[in-house]
Amino acid sequence: MAIRRDTICALASGLPPSAISVIRISGPATTSIIQSRLSVSPLKPRHASLVDLRSRSGSVIDSGLAIYMPGPASYTGEDTLEISLHGGRMITELALESIMSAGARLAEPGEFTRRAFEAGKLDLTRAEAVADLIDAESEAQLSQALKQMDGALEDLYSGWRADLTEMLALLEASIDFPDEEDAPDRVDAPVLEKLNTLRSDLIDALADGNITERIRDGFKVAILGKPNAGKSTLLNQLAKREAAIVTDIPGTTRDVVEVRLVLGGYLVWISDTAGLRETVDVVEAEGVRRALKVADEADLRLWIHDAREPIESDRVQPGDLVVSNKSDLADPESVSRETLSISAKTGFGIDLIEAAIVERLGALTKNVGAPIITRARHRQGLERALTQLEAAIDHLKAGIGSEFVSEDVRLASRELGTLTGHVDPESVLGAVFSSFCIGK
Amino acid sequence: MQDQTKFDVIVVGGGHAGCEAASAAARMGARTALITHKIATIGEMSCNPAIGGLGKGHLVREIDALDGLMGRIADRSGIQFRMLNRSKGPAVWGPRAQIDRKLYREAMQEEILNHENLTIIQDGVEDLIVSGERVGGVIGESGTSYAASAVVITTGTFLKGIIHRGAERIPAGRVGEKPAIGLSDRLYALDLPMGRLKTGTPARLNGKTINWDLLEKQPADDEPIPFSYLMDRIEVPQVSCGITFTNPEAHEIISDNIAQSAVYSGAIAGRGPRYCPSIEDKIHRFAEKTRHQIFLEPEGLDDDTVYPNGISTSLPREVQDAFIRKIEGLETVEILEYGYAIEYDYVDPRALDAGLQVKALSGLYLAGQINGTTGYEEAGAQGLVAGMNAVRSASGEPHETFDRAEAYIGVLIDDLVTRGVTEPYRMFTSRAEYRLSLRSDNADQRLTERGIALGLVGETRAEMFHVKQTALNAGRDALRSQTMTPNEAQKLGWKVNQDGQRRSAWEYLAYPSIDMAAIVLAFPDLANLSPAIKAQLEIEAMYAGYIERQKDDVEALRREEALRLPADLDYAAVGGLTNEVRAKLDMIRPATLGQAGRIEGMTPGALTALLAYVRRRPSRKQSAHA
Repeated sequence: MAIRRDTICALASGLPPSAISVIRISGPATTSIIQSRLSVSPLKPRHASLVDLRSRSGSVIDSGLAIYMPGPASYTGEDTLEISLHGGRMITELALESIMSAGARLAEPGEFTRRAFEAGKLDLTRAEAVADLIDAESEAQLSQALKQMDGALEDLYSGWRADLTEMLALLEASIDFPDEEDAPDRVDAPVLEKLNTLRSDLIDALADGNITERIRDGFKVAILGKPNAGKSTLLNQLAKREAAIVTDIPGTTRDVVEVRLVLGGYLVWISDTAGLRETVDVVEAEGVRRALKVADEADLRLWIHDAREPIESDRVQPGDLVVSNKSDLADPESVSRETLSISAKTGFGIDLIEAAIVERLGALTKNVGAPIITRARHRQGLERALTQLEAAIDHLKAGIGSEFVSEDVRLASRELGTLTGHVDPESVLGAVFSSFCIGK
Repeated sequence: MQDQTKFDVIVVGGGHAGCEAASAAARMGARTALITHKIATIGEMSCNPAIGGLGKGHLVREIDALDGLMGRIADRSGIQFRMLNRSKGPAVWGPRAQIDRKLYREAMQEEILNHENLTIIQDGVEDLIVSGERVGGVIGESGTSYAASAVVITTGTFLKGIIHRGAERIPAGRVGEKPAIGLSDRLYALDLPMGRLKTGTPARLNGKTINWDLLEKQPADDEPIPFSYLMDRIEVPQVSCGITFTNPEAHEIISDNIAQSAVYSGAIAGRGPRYCPSIEDKIHRFAEKTRHQIFLEPEGLDDDTVYPNGISTSLPREVQDAFIRKIEGLETVEILEYGYAIEYDYVDPRALDAGLQVKALSGLYLAGQINGTTGYEEAGAQGLVAGMNAVRSASGEPHETFDRAEAYIGVLIDDLVTRGVTEPYRMFTSRAEYRLSLRSDNADQRLTERGIALGLVGETRAEMFHVKQTALNAGRDALRSQTMTPNEAQKLGWKVNQDGQRRSAWEYLAYPSIDMAAIVLAFPDLANLSPAIKAQLEIEAMYAGYIERQKDDVEALRREEALRLPADLDYAAVGGLTNEVRAKLDMIRPATLGQAGRIEGMTPGALTALLAYVRRRPSRKQSAHA
């Protein structure tokens, strides 16, 4: 007998107990599972049917709605069944056991989407979007993932590849048909023009300040200031939990403490850092070094100082937020109107800080249209493609043989192809699919 | 059956594929017979009188590097040698020559008729002998049975060939020759997938009636460069071609009569080549063009026939007369033979394995136009590989192939057996992913060593090759041993990184701005390298950077080529494949994962599924037993 591809099943909804558990099955054994385990068979394709799900011994486990989607017109391209049952732990466990005893096995993480990709149902960027869609915690993440799922990246990257293919056609014609009047003889000028256009498109795309990647991965906000200014207290207030150790001893925080929050629709990583001061303590000095590094990489810096003392960091840059803490202890008249005045200890003004952060992130993302780059993988691919384009431009200008230019263009095209999954399947795929969670 | 007609390998057909196949088999020491229905037409150039060009010239050099015939014969008969693309880099230089048809035919016949281990038999071939699972020889029109362990069929366009000219229909292979119906019936009976293609040829003109004085001339190169690595120079006298153009008046005649063209009347079902359209096609599809270029190519030194390259046609005779005489220089031309289109059957080459053996019948090999290709060079290259593998099969050895990173021959055969053809297949340099390594200047370095190991290369060439290799190695060593600081280089006016790093003459040569002449001035010790060796090393250095970067790709290619797919793989059992991809895999039965990846319409997903399936398979079998 032929060895057939196996059938997979998984709980597709959240962990029980929940109102409903959705179990998904995909693969060639789907119809036989329907036949042996459901009270109705065959099921009318793409219709919700009320069915009983039975155990191996024939006893009813639960009743629920079943939808049968025969391949290839299904998510995975295979025969697929989705059953919605009551979301109890026992029901879910028995249901999966029954289905597995009828010829399915538990799916590996991301396996449904992997099958969809293998069936050519989506390209790599869309497959990535499925993962992002499911992992989305903020509105901005969700909206971006939806656009990507809709093909925003695929269309863009494939469009650029099509431009390169057009250039290759010109270059190759001039190489392979040198003797023919109809073939383009001098292609340098038109190709150079196209190369320059694409080069500036890529440069623009790469100069997006990583905003779309930040929407996906979270913006980095750093809390900075002198020792004992109240940075850790502020972090705990924002996190609404005791994330960082707070004492009266200056220099308590040595390492960077990160907290992940959703603020105003954005995913944000807030970092509490060691207080900045000259120190001979080796551990504290390392903490200061790390604090400065975090400051460097942050999308937004909050400089916090004791309201009773003047701000004295010459590191404050335009666009940074300056926060006066311990306002409850300070003379109200002495507090500058330019700064945010809070008391981290009492929680006074925390809402103002949140609003200020959201406002700054809003300004950063205001010009973000369709996403162009949402992962480091995309950025690296585009950077490599750009390097090849620049080599092509140099070679064209130097006038050394269109075979070099053609090779550069081909390599650039291949870099873009890697992004959508048109080449180098195995290595890229492993990385993409390992980030998936079960049942998607 | 007669005992004396038992051979190791029989080659059917005496065209370019047949000659290379027979010679390759005979060079390897196999007892070989070439059976042709007409010895006098062995080595005939049935279409345009030229050999080489882009991609094609590369193939000729590769055939030569494996000690094949085409390059040497062309060197003895070429009457206008030109290196195409001289303004570009040497990787895409294409050696090409106009050929004196008679000189070529004579030289080829002299070679073939006096070839060691090779018997030439004049007989038609009507049928194959099949014994059990394997081919056992052929049956001649004469009734004679010729036994052989392997048979190579190279019958070109003879399979159900029909000539079309206006309303005329002549069943034929070429004008004046009859088609091989019996053999094509046998191939049909094997149930091989077949298709129909067409190609065309222009009228032949009497050169004495052309007004050459009006026309632009295209001369040969001042220093003709031979095809063969065995030749230092060309001794055949060189002539010029003429260039003229069609014009609106000629176009009007063609347009007015286009319904009478066999191509346009719907009489021809076969697909023609896009890169070589008939003149009626050009005018129909590129209506905005007011003229098309024509090369007037002499067919020989003492032959007045001229081949007007660019106006192949299947229009009726009187229309050909009318439009041709509207062309400048051809106002009073005499037409010696009218142009025609020919339609013929070909075997879908996806029915062959990479050794060019018919998958459905062991010991049967196909090469040349019968596989859907066009061109003498493509035919010759396949002939060589089919002849070689026929010998290997006859002696029970596995096939040998050339891969895509090694030779245009590898690209050609892989394309054919993996992707099939949709129009007559012609080689272009753009088909080769590793074009910068697969150059016409280094075919010997790429292939001769293997040719020696395979028994294809004779002693003379092997000796010359080793002398050249020794000189090249010594030259490379010399370039690497001479060094200079960037500071000294700067004093010479060279623009190099001032990083204090001593570099060798080889490394400086890799700079686009530094050529061999400058290197020799800077390092006087290198002056005694021979000009040929210097030229070769200069080219090597020029591409060294790119070739180094392609190393990973080549390794990846070879890794995928090493992942063999079982011949009996049940593609229906591999999930995640669309029906289209599954059907293609089932038909082509790729030998390796690499080949599977090159099948048209193959998605990365499908490939991944295939890879996963093949890797999983052994453990599955175990668990099935458990």
